[in-house]
Amino acid sequence: MEAEQSFSDICGGRLALQRRYYSPSCREFCVSCPRLSLRSLTAVTCTVWLAAYGLFTLCENSMILSAAIFITLLGLLGYLHFVKIDQETLLIIDSLGIQMTSSYASGKESTTFIEMGKVKDLVINEAIYMQKVIYYLCILLKDPVEPHGISQVVPVFQSAKPRLDCLIEVYRSCQEILAHQKATSASPM
Amino acid sequence: MVLKAFFPTCCASADSGLLVGRWVPEQSSAVVLAVVHFPFIPIQVKELLAQVQQASRVGVAVLGTWCHRRQESEESLGHFLEGLSAIFSHEPWLQLCRERGSKFWSCKATHRQVPASPGAPGQDQVMLIFYDQRKVLLSQLHPPAALPDHQAGDATASAGGLAAVFDTVARSEVLFRSDQFDEGPVRLSHWQSEGVEASILVELAKQASGPICLLLACLLSLISAASTSRKANMLVSVFLDVALGLALLSWLHGKDRIGQLADALVPVADHVAEELQHLLQWLMGAPAGLKMNRALDQVLGRFFLYHIHLWISYIHLMSPFIERILWHLGLSACLGLTVALSILSDIIALLTFHIYCFYVYGARLYCMKICGLSSLWRLFRGKKWNVLRQRVDSCSYDLDQLFIGTLLFTILVFLLPTTALYYLVFTLLRLLVVTVQGLIHLLVDLVNSLPLYSLGLRLCRPYRLAAGVKFRVLEHEAGRPLRLLMQINPLPYSRVVHTYRLPSCGCHPKHSWGSLCRKLFFGELIYPWRQRGDKQD
Repeated sequence: MEAEQSFSDICGGRLALQRRYYSPSCREFCVSCPRLSLRSLTAVTCTVWLAAYGLFTLCENSMILSAAIFITLLGLLGYLHFVKIDQETLLIIDSLGIQMTSSYASGKESTTFIEMGKVKDLVINEAIYMQKVIYYLCILLKDPVEPHGISQVVPVFQSAKPRLDCLIEVYRSCQEILAHQKATSASPM
Repeated sequence: MVLKAFFPTCCASADSGLLVGRWVPEQSSAVVLAVVHFPFIPIQVKELLAQVQQASRVGVAVLGTWCHRRQESEESLGHFLEGLSAIFSHEPWLQLCRERGSKFWSCKATHRQVPASPGAPGQDQVMLIFYDQRKVLLSQLHPPAALPDHQAGDATASAGGLAAVFDTVARSEVLFRSDQFDEGPVRLSHWQSEGVEASILVELAKQASGPICLLLACLLSLISAASTSRKANMLVSVFLDVALGLALLSWLHGKDRIGQLADALVPVADHVAEELQHLLQWLMGAPAGLKMNRALDQVLGRFFLYHIHLWISYIHLMSPFIERILWHLGLSACLGLTVALSILSDIIALLTFHIYCFYVYGARLYCMKICGLSSLWRLFRGKKWNVLRQRVDSCSYDLDQLFIGTLLFTILVFLLPTTALYYLVFTLLRLLVVTVQGLIHLLVDLVNSLPLYSLGLRLCRPYRLAAGVKFRVLEHEAGRPLRLLMQINPLPYSRVVHTYRLPSCGCHPKHSWGSLCRKLFFGELIYPWRQRGDKQD
């Protein structure tokens, strides 16, 4: 079962949340970030090339121009491969774990999987980010030494940064599965 | 809890038979290792499983049945398979079935006893997770934080979570020795039955590689008692080092480059000395518009100029022997690039020995001046440094003590700019030389400690070094069990370098920036390569 809805992120950009319910015990949430805008790309390229041309008129060395083109290309490739995240996915599987995938604009995917035994809870937390107070969804991990302690807080959807309404949808769905998981793990089998 | 069945992808196309593997009750997961084909004798299957259990200390048992319907009507097979649950009793009994030409499977897990709570069915929901057996067998999990209380070599595979699956497959190598094509009493299907090589040469190479690897491992174990990955890294590093050194050697000895280098060395040393002389002449005049104390300036300047003159004479004395020395030093590059770089660093230290001497003279003079100034400043205020109690105490001085103290203080204060300037200039020169030497040491460290074997392994066989796993949901139909594909998530390169880094010689300067600035300000000598435990000055 698939459903798509559009929300906005903390800066006001448009996000799309896609929900897939594979089975009662397996759900996937996919948040897609706004694409690389042509305007900003053109602005950066023009700035770099104008600066290079300015240097060229000073130094009369044509290597500067070719170096500028090279730098722009490398910079763009590096940005697409290492920085620009296109989509962030959260896959929650009952009694197995939670998987977070970030797919970059160049196609690279980086995945983290957290086993259900390590997950204590999934909560929405408040934080002060620059001059704003934002909400973010995070996974609390159990502390192996202390039974009631938390060893780590893993934030989810870090690059997309959706607003509270989107987070509430994801939170409600995940809590259904986590509640079911806690009920079945508590009962003696 | 949902029952998780870990099924190897290689057995998905195997014929019908019995499922053999390990049941982990804590996670309610069944790890299927192999499929036993018909015909078989139950006693022999039980014997084989007992053997495997004894050899690998993994609780291998018959978990259920696997039915691969190739024709339309094989109902009798279904009844026969159900009868097997009476012979091999296992709780819960797994029944996996696959239709010909269909991607979706049907799974059933039945419990023999009806559970105490009413309303709960005798059947469980099953989730199928496919895994690549060969990759899981060969891979090594790197947990994010190794728990210190986890003992290696436990009697039972009691690792938590997915590590249990990896552990089970890795320990059950004994089970994978016999195949369905072998002539044993029991025919198994697992990752080895994915196919024999088509080429006889490749097959022979594979058979021969076993004893060769054993021989290499024996040789490596003679060298050191470290783990195999560390030995491999060290060996590859040394190999690369020697290769680069030989390349450097061949470059140096071709086209009489040594002679050119030796011919260029003496003029370069002369040039450096000349530049230093110009610098001293500048300091003796009015450097940067500052007015220096003429007498002290002339004394210090002449002293350093004479020193430089001695140094130049020494270099000229050595010049006929330099080519021969350089030639012999160049030969040392065959021991490795790191040796050549270390010798270069030492040559730089020797050639800039006069700068080091000037720095020491300037620093000592400045240090004495600062000590004198601080103690006379205390006298000025009527205080004294108590050496016994290591603190500042008030003290009443006599009039003549105060008079002489004030005089000396004034003299030292007015001579301070001159000394401070000489100290500053020579400290900067010395720091420049130390920076160059430091860069060379850093390069040597890099060549020595980079784990090239592990990086190569991560590049060519990424499944060997696993940071974890990742799951992909396969095509799904409502009403059918959920199918997932488990793949290995390889370790990122930064963690490979961090985990497998070889220990460097540890000659990094142990000062922090704060203590360095403090030492510079008070004129204390800086020893960049001194270890912490060495005798203090």
